[in-house]
Amino acid sequence: MTTLLTWLVEPLQQEFMVRALLVSMLVSCVCGLLSCYMTLKGWALMGDAVSHAVMPGVVIAYALNLPFAVGAFVFGVGSVALIGYIKQMTRIKEDTVIGLVFTGFFALGLTLISKVRSSIDLSHILFGNVLGISSSDILQTVLISLLVLTVLVVLRKDLLLFCFDPAHARSIGLHTGVLHYLLLSMLSLAAVAGLQTVGIILVVAMLVTPGATAYLLTDRFDRMVWLSILSAVLSSVAGIYWSYWMDASTAGCIVLVQTLLFLLCFLLAPRHGLLAQRRRSPRASRFPSA
Amino acid sequence: MPSGQPQFDGNERISVRHLCVDYHGVVAIHDASLHLDAGSICALVGMNGAGKSTLFKALMGFVRPTSGSIAINGLPLSQARRARAVAYVPQTESVDWNFPVNVHEVVMMGRYGAMNLLRIPRPLDREAVQEALERVDLWPLRHRQIGALSGGQRKRAFLARALAQGASVMLLDEPFNGVDIRTEKLMIELFEQFRREGRTLMISTHDLSHVTGFCDQVVLINKTVLAYGETASVFTRENLALTFGGLGLEAAAAAAIDPDPQQAP
Repeated sequence: MTTLLTWLVEPLQQEFMVRALLVSMLVSCVCGLLSCYMTLKGWALMGDAVSHAVMPGVVIAYALNLPFAVGAFVFGVGSVALIGYIKQMTRIKEDTVIGLVFTGFFALGLTLISKVRSSIDLSHILFGNVLGISSSDILQTVLISLLVLTVLVVLRKDLLLFCFDPAHARSIGLHTGVLHYLLLSMLSLAAVAGLQTVGIILVVAMLVTPGATAYLLTDRFDRMVWLSILSAVLSSVAGIYWSYWMDASTAGCIVLVQTLLFLLCFLLAPRHGLLAQRRRSPRASRFPSA
Repeated sequence: MPSGQPQFDGNERISVRHLCVDYHGVVAIHDASLHLDAGSICALVGMNGAGKSTLFKALMGFVRPTSGSIAINGLPLSQARRARAVAYVPQTESVDWNFPVNVHEVVMMGRYGAMNLLRIPRPLDREAVQEALERVDLWPLRHRQIGALSGGQRKRAFLARALAQGASVMLLDEPFNGVDIRTEKLMIELFEQFRREGRTLMISTHDLSHVTGFCDQVVLINKTVLAYGETASVFTRENLALTFGGLGLEAAAAAAIDPDPQQAP
C-alpha cells in the first residue's frame, strides 16, 4: 500500500510532472470530446491529415515568433480546403487526395525545420515534449483548449445532427457548410493542443481512440462523451506515470495505455464487445431484437 | 406565425417553373415545371438517373438551379426553409442505424430549427415530439437506440421527425423499400391522414402499383417533367412509354393499369 502511494506521490514533488499532468488532462478533455465527433463522422483519416499538415505552420510561427497556434490553424484549415478543392476539380478519390496533401505539407515542415535556424527541436514536435513544456506553450494550450471546449459544448447538438443527418440539418435551415468548416477548425486547434502532449505523429490517436473506445461501451451520445473524456484523461495520467517510472517515451506510453483500454473494451464491452457478441448467435448480433 | 404551430392553409404547396439544373455542365434536369396543391399525395416516378433525387435536392435548396424558379407555399426556398416547411424523409439505407441516438432524440432533431442556439427543448418542443411519437405509435419505444427498432418502426421514427418539424411538404425517398405489407398499410394510412391535414407528400418510387393505389397525383420524370397531374389522366401507356422507354409496357403491366386511360380509376 505504501509503495503504491509512493509510486503515485513521489513524481508530484517534481514541478515539471505536475505541469505535465495538468496540461495533459486538459488536452485529453478537449481531444476526448472531439474524438466522439471524429469517430461518428468517420474523419479519422482527416484527423491524421490535419495533424500532420499543421507542422509547417508550427515551424514558421516559431521562426517568426508568433503564437504557434496561429500558424497551425492556418495550415490545418488550409490543408482541408486544398483537399476539398483538389477533390472537386479532379477525379482523384478523396483518400488519395488526403494522403497526397498531408504528406506534402509534412514534407514542407520537415524541410523548413532543417533549414530555418530556430530553437525548435524536431523531436519535440514529432513526439511531443510535455515533460519540458514551457510557460508560454502552456498558456497557449490552455487558451486553445478553452476555445475548443466552448465551441464544442455550445454547438454540440448542431454538430451531432450534422454528423448524423446533414441533409436534414440543411433542410431545417442549419448552415452545414459553416458547421463542416467549424468542426475542421476545431480539429486543427485540437491537433495543436494534442501535439503538445504526444507530438504530431501520435496526435491522431488522441483524436480517435478515446471516442472509438467509448463508442463500444454505450449507445447514448452523452454517455459516450463522458466515457471518452474519462478514458482520455485516465490514459494520459497513467501514461505519464508509467513513462516516469520506466523512463520511457511519454507519448508512447500515453497512446499505449489508450490502445490497451480500447482492446480491453473491444474484448469485454457489455453489448458490442467480442465476448458479448460471441455469446449471442451471429444472426442475433446482426439483427438486434426489435 | 407562431413557431411550432404550423398552419396548413394556402392552396399551393409546390410550384416549379422552368427548372434547369446541371452538375459541372452535365444536364440533370431541363425545363421542368410542375405544380402541386395542398393536401395531395404525389408519386414521383422515373428510372434511376432520371433526376428524381436532383429534383428533391432542388426542392430542398441543396442545388442551385441554372435557371427557373421554385416556390414552396408561395415562398422562395430560403424563406420556406426558415419556416421549416419542407421535411425530407431519407431512404432507410442511407441512415447510420448504429449512431448513438435514441428515438426521442431523432424526433427532437425535427425541432432544432425552432429552438434557441443551445437547442434546449422548450415545453412546446417536448409536446410536439410527444404528439408526433404518439401518432406513429412509438411513444413507448422512445428511449430505444434507433438501431434496436424493427424495419417498420424505423420508417415511422423518421415520419415522426417530419411531423415534429411541422412540415407542410414532405419529400419521401423510396419509403416502401424493404417494407412488409403490414408496415406498408400502416404507412399509407398515415400518409392519407397527412393529406387530410392539408400536407402535400411527394413520394419517389419505382414500384408503380403504389401510384394507382393511393397517390392522387403523379409526376413522370426523365431529365424533365414529362407529365404531371391527376393520376387517372397522367398514368397512361403513352406517358409510361415516354418515362421508361422500351420498358414502358412492362411497367404498365406491373402497375396493372387499365389499357384505356379514360377508364382508369
